[in-house]
Amino acid sequence: MNDMSQETTVTADGRKIGGVVMEMKNITLRFGGVVAIRDISFDIREGEIRAIIGPNGAGKSSMLNVISGFYHPQEGEVWYKGERRPPMKPYQVAQQGIARTFQNIALFEGMSVLDNVMTGRIRQMKAGLFAQALWKGTAEREEVANREAVEKIIDFLEIQHIRKTPVSRLPYGLKKRVELARALAAEPSILLLDEPMAGMNVEEKEDMSRFILDVNDEFGTTIALIEHDMGVVMDLSDRVVVMDYGKKIGDGTPEEVRSNQAVIDAYLGVAHD
Amino acid sequence: MPDSVIFGMEVFLNGLMAGVLYALVALGFVLIYKASGIFNYAQGVMALFAALTLVGIMEGQVPFSHLINAVFGTKVHHFGWEVPALLAIALTVVVMIALAWIVNKLIFRHLVGQEPIILFMATIGLAYFLEGFGDVMWGADIKKLDVGLPQGMNSAIDDVTFGIFGYGFFIDNLDLVATVVAALLVTGLVMFAQYSKHGRAMRAVADDHQAALSVGISLNFIWVMVWSLAGFVALVAGIMWGTKMGVQFSLSLIALKALPVLMLGGFTSIPGAIVGGLIIGVGEKMFEFAIGPLVGGATENWFAYMLALIFLVFRPQGLFGEKIIERV
Repeated sequence: MNDMSQETTVTADGRKIGGVVMEMKNITLRFGGVVAIRDISFDIREGEIRAIIGPNGAGKSSMLNVISGFYHPQEGEVWYKGERRPPMKPYQVAQQGIARTFQNIALFEGMSVLDNVMTGRIRQMKAGLFAQALWKGTAEREEVANREAVEKIIDFLEIQHIRKTPVSRLPYGLKKRVELARALAAEPSILLLDEPMAGMNVEEKEDMSRFILDVNDEFGTTIALIEHDMGVVMDLSDRVVVMDYGKKIGDGTPEEVRSNQAVIDAYLGVAHD
Repeated sequence: MPDSVIFGMEVFLNGLMAGVLYALVALGFVLIYKASGIFNYAQGVMALFAALTLVGIMEGQVPFSHLINAVFGTKVHHFGWEVPALLAIALTVVVMIALAWIVNKLIFRHLVGQEPIILFMATIGLAYFLEGFGDVMWGADIKKLDVGLPQGMNSAIDDVTFGIFGYGFFIDNLDLVATVVAALLVTGLVMFAQYSKHGRAMRAVADDHQAALSVGISLNFIWVMVWSLAGFVALVAGIMWGTKMGVQFSLSLIALKALPVLMLGGFTSIPGAIVGGLIIGVGEKMFEFAIGPLVGGATENWFAYMLALIFLVFRPQGLFGEKIIERV
């Protein structure tokens, strides 16, 4: 367990932040000759809202894809729950309890909202293929129990009225919320949100911020999110990593990051003489 | 009641029965198409291969015996035992699952994200390979398949209809069994796809690969499962058709009859495959009965294709298929 800090701290608003649940160590990711992430290290602690911010092309999404197993870094280590994680396929990462949403929304368009959220429960369903085929005993009980859990999440995110609607008919803002519901249904130990507020109007952004805070507060879910809207991130998160051109230029509480000269330069631009 | 009406009723019923058998083949196509977007040209050959394997196992044939004998100069043909039908069916299921795994491992997992036409070409290749492979493995001679299904005229129906019309309808027992089996199979498949974890995962994979991965679904597992299911449906179709016509090469051609069924029913609908099959079955029998004598008969050979052509013009997505709307 090397140098991970394990003490529990309590935030100003009374939430508990536990020990380190995930640690990225010296991650470097290249696509051919292009270096998307250059030697970045940071950690995510249990129960916190951790943001990764940076201008376009900073490598934020690449980092999220490394965490969720869609990309495999050439160098560096990913530590999860105190163990080094071997290279894994995305579905294996998901089964370990890391759920995610996508910047461009990846829902099952042809399926209803309810079915979409139910797919999030796949990790909780243990009945084998044979029991499923016979639709008896454990498989049936499991389906009922999972259905109840899903209904709770649907209530929580206020999407009861569209439960049976095919996702393809929903407006953008609601789709984002359904995607969040599906990720939540997995009862993840880490929830990764890829630009949850992208393309939303002010009202929708406020709604989404409220949901993210509520989820963290109510379920104690650890959340790592990417966003380029600085304002939103500063209000939401406990700690922020700032990336620029694939490098980490800042890491700390919103206040610390806000006063960091390198961050100010990256966002506002700096005169080169 | 005039004779022609009574004959017509008998023809109608027989058409329904024939339709069920067409639907059985079409089902296998729909299953794979729904779950992976692949139009599996090899479905008919899979039915042939399943039937060949079943007969081979039942009769205790040595696989590849001709090849072995040619290479080593031996004269082995049979192990000298016979396997009971149920056990042989179970073993054949295992073979079909193994086949699904190999097909996925060697072919389709390497073609992820390719154009549908490429995947289609791959299944054509698979069809020809499997046809030859089946020949080498079990021999090319026509075989009799008897797993103990009842055959011949159903006397109960004969008696009842004779009592009513003074003329006994001829309905084959095998067709009745096929109808019951098809009904069970379809109910099972629909329940599985709609309400089970793996069924939901199957639909999820068909919808969006990336999203499926992100909720923890293994694409490879689902693909092997889908091909196994298609193999199982092929086995059921192979048993029914093989019992009816003998296990022979022409079994693979029944797949062609499934094409018009799919055009009618829609490539993506399981109920569509059933209704499409019934319409084709009844349609071609009734057409032959009513119009056949006027045009010199043999209309069964082309009626189904003509009907499919009309559908292609007026309702290209089929009766139950998803409407294809492309936003521009």
